[in-house]
Amino acid sequence: MQLSTISLQHEPFDAAAEAAELRRGRTDIGAVVTFTGICRGEENGEAIAALTLEHYPAMAEAEIARQVEAAQRRWSLLGVRVIHRFGRIAPGEEIVLVVTASSHRHDAFAAAEFLMDYLKTRAPFWKQVELRDRTAWVEARRSDESAAARWGASDPREAAE
Amino acid sequence: MSVKLLYFAWVRERIGKPAEEIEPPPGVATVADLVAWLSARGEAYAHAFENPKVVRAAIDRAHAKPDSAIAGAREIAFFPPMTGG
Repeated sequence: MQLSTISLQHEPFDAAAEAAELRRGRTDIGAVVTFTGICRGEENGEAIAALTLEHYPAMAEAEIARQVEAAQRRWSLLGVRVIHRFGRIAPGEEIVLVVTASSHRHDAFAAAEFLMDYLKTRAPFWKQVELRDRTAWVEARRSDESAAARWGASDPREAAE
Repeated sequence: MSVKLLYFAWVRERIGKPAEEIEPPPGVATVADLVAWLSARGEAYAHAFENPKVVRAAIDRAHAKPDSAIAGAREIAFFPPMTGG
């Protein structure tokens, strides 16, 4: 059984089915945390028609794998599933899925939050919003940088070393 | 030695292409050197790199810093701060 699976895809996903699949046939798992990131219908108070996610495919796969490995070194995990969508995504649709499994809840909770904080600041994806009369690139949030910083390296580029 | 450059998001839009092969001259040793050399190639590049602190780089699909050496790199990417997740 694979300990972690990463998918980059345009297609929607079923979070419940992914979580069920992760623990299918297993009795060692005592906790599963499922996080789903969803496209909001507004950005900075302005209604959006859709998001388009651009990505750097080869690096995204490698970088997410490095983040998952870091989580596996840090916590006792029995399974990890990450799905990140790309392309055009409408409000209400899911963007990203992180599922973590462990014996006890602490590891699954902490690892899921760590992975999301790192996905936000280190995985090479860029969101563009479609507004009523124009498109705009979403600016990186300082709060996302500080959320990632509390796990250790303050600069996303530190992960490279 | 030739290297493939990749551009993403507004860096790609400003430079006007998603990728190109270049041959940096001797003396272009780091990411920061490469940014300076590219910026001198034309207005589009200068616009993309007008605030070099904002533009991130990756060497062979791993995050890099301005002082990272580019010797031996096959693929160097430039992009804005990431906004995935």
